[in-house]
Amino acid sequence: MQIIDLDQTDLRQANAQLQNQNTATKLTAWQILNPKGAHAIAVGLDAPIDVTVEGSTGYYCAGMNKQARLRINGSVGPGVAENMMSGTVIIEGDASQYAGATGHGGLLVIKGNASSRCGISMKGIDIVVHGNIGHMSAFMGQSGTMVVCGDAGEALGDSLYEAKLFVRGAVKSLGADCIEKEMRPKDLAEVQALLERAESTAKPSEFKRYGSARKLYNFDVDHAGDY
Amino acid sequence: MNKPPETAAAPRTEPIQSATFTPAVNAEIRRAAATGIYDIRGGGTKRAVPHFDDLLFLGASVSRYPLEGYRETCDTSVTLGTRYAQNPIKLHIPITIAGMSFGALSGPAKEALGRGATAAGTSTTTGDGGMTAEERGHSDKLVYQYLPSRYGMNPDDLRKADAIEMVVGQGAKPGGGGMLLGQKISDRVADMRNLPKGIDQRSACRHPDWTGPDDLEIKLTELREITQWKIPIYVKIGATRPYFDTTLAVKAGADVVVIDGMQGGTAATQDVFIEHVGLPTLACIRPAVKALQDLGMHRKVQLVVSGGIRNGADVAKAMALGADAVSIGTAALIALGDNDPKWEAEYQALGTTAGAYDDWHEGNDPAGITTQDPELMARLDPIEAGRRLKNYLKVLTLEAQTIARACGKNNLRNLEPEDLCALTIEAAAMAGVPLAGTSWIPGAEAPF
Repeated sequence: MQIIDLDQTDLRQANAQLQNQNTATKLTAWQILNPKGAHAIAVGLDAPIDVTVEGSTGYYCAGMNKQARLRINGSVGPGVAENMMSGTVIIEGDASQYAGATGHGGLLVIKGNASSRCGISMKGIDIVVHGNIGHMSAFMGQSGTMVVCGDAGEALGDSLYEAKLFVRGAVKSLGADCIEKEMRPKDLAEVQALLERAESTAKPSEFKRYGSARKLYNFDVDHAGDY
Repeated sequence: MNKPPETAAAPRTEPIQSATFTPAVNAEIRRAAATGIYDIRGGGTKRAVPHFDDLLFLGASVSRYPLEGYRETCDTSVTLGTRYAQNPIKLHIPITIAGMSFGALSGPAKEALGRGATAAGTSTTTGDGGMTAEERGHSDKLVYQYLPSRYGMNPDDLRKADAIEMVVGQGAKPGGGGMLLGQKISDRVADMRNLPKGIDQRSACRHPDWTGPDDLEIKLTELREITQWKIPIYVKIGATRPYFDTTLAVKAGADVVVIDGMQGGTAATQDVFIEHVGLPTLACIRPAVKALQDLGMHRKVQLVVSGGIRNGADVAKAMALGADAVSIGTAALIALGDNDPKWEAEYQALGTTAGAYDDWHEGNDPAGITTQDPELMARLDPIEAGRRLKNYLKVLTLEAQTIARACGKNNLRNLEPEDLCALTIEAAAMAGVPLAGTSWIPGAEAPF
């Protein structure tokens, strides 16, 4: 186990150490101590390594992650795993705004609640939230899948493209062009697989599916009021 | 019987067209009434606003002496990003190519921009659509735009960039997002943007994961951490409150501030936005420079000015007002062949005329630049177009040097406001230089 103590090592050095690992690295287990809410912890990683952060982080933890598997034993600030490309990021606590923003791939798991704009502009990332999510989540979501075991706030999936949304609890309101859709067998299977990977025991049959009505895909003056 | 003599017509008022309801205004009202939608177009403001043409240089005479045109050097090089980056960008000329997306422009057009810029010793910039291989391959110095949409954004391309440009706004539409209509979303464009083919692509006006100057500072730090503090980070601002926005960009950690005035072009937005939001380029340079000076950061954080730069005089004037470099977009497209009268018959068929064509978003560009149509794209030879751009950049540089030498300056950056006067009171006030023939600088008593 490689240990980086942020009380002893400055952030730039810590990130460089992690970023300098490549696919062939033998140093696959890393632990980060004393994050103390610092921003940009473990960003830009690109190696199949396991990184555990012992505590809570500030903004953009695991930003642009590729390949790496991160576990945050705490809560995270805004923009966790923003623009993630691949790998896994698991948050044991809560996440602030814009969790997984613009993520292109990989799996983001939030065991607590996520704040507003979770999965904003998602582009292929999968997100599983064990708790609730805040307003405007999955805004302009392009692709990928979001599974919410709790409730969703206002304007879920506003201006949605092809991202798929599954919510078990109540949805306060749907955003423009987002509608409830039928739960098909393949959706149940997809939710089941994601829940398992996300260490959740929720039952897929309890979820509802939401997606784009595709009415705003090409501008039509008669739909201008829907925007 | 003789016809009665024709009676002279009674005196009448001549028909007078309204200066308010002009034929163009009325036509737009009729168009709006017929379609129910605002006009979308490309480019920057088309109406006359105070501009560099309203300034004149005061060449050397008795009180100062000029430099010899062809024998005495006049340095044009500039280094951008000296504040934090390990590898600042060194350019031979202070004229860069502004961000224009693959999607808005064809692949060959992006290649031509890269070729021309590289041959002239300057940088080019990606746009809202990610980095293409041909663009990276043909651009010696490539600035990677970091935009609200994050289309095509990935850490690998980020690390391939020579600089990052955090786009907060652009001069044609400060506060606005973008729109790429479905007809330009080809398979390749769709794939790069993770969107279904043929749908309208809406680019957000705000970044998805930061708002405000405090967040911006943290965001820039993240990007620096990801790129290990190697490459410069620019912050591009649409000109509205240049003093405050420059101050905040510097506070947030920008290496370079790019200010884009309302003459700066866009691929597509509402005409009402282009014409009625933002500041003329001329009005934003002095406040931005003042902000840098007040922070003790002028020349430490470089200032790049864009929006309506057309010739070497514009370059020299922007630099005399305090810019470290300028950036061109529309002029570069014209150099490539955009709006060339040789396509006039086709412009006419599209209901427009060469020079006025601005429906870049529709993808029917006869010049083959703002299109994804394979047949139209093939009209642009990227090698030939790149050569035209290189030539044009050379001319801009030579012209700017000519003026600088005449003002006795052996470096373009040594040009100063004192070398200028203004032809109009408005330009004098905006540029902070005296009205020609006077020592009067309107507004000098209440500067930023």
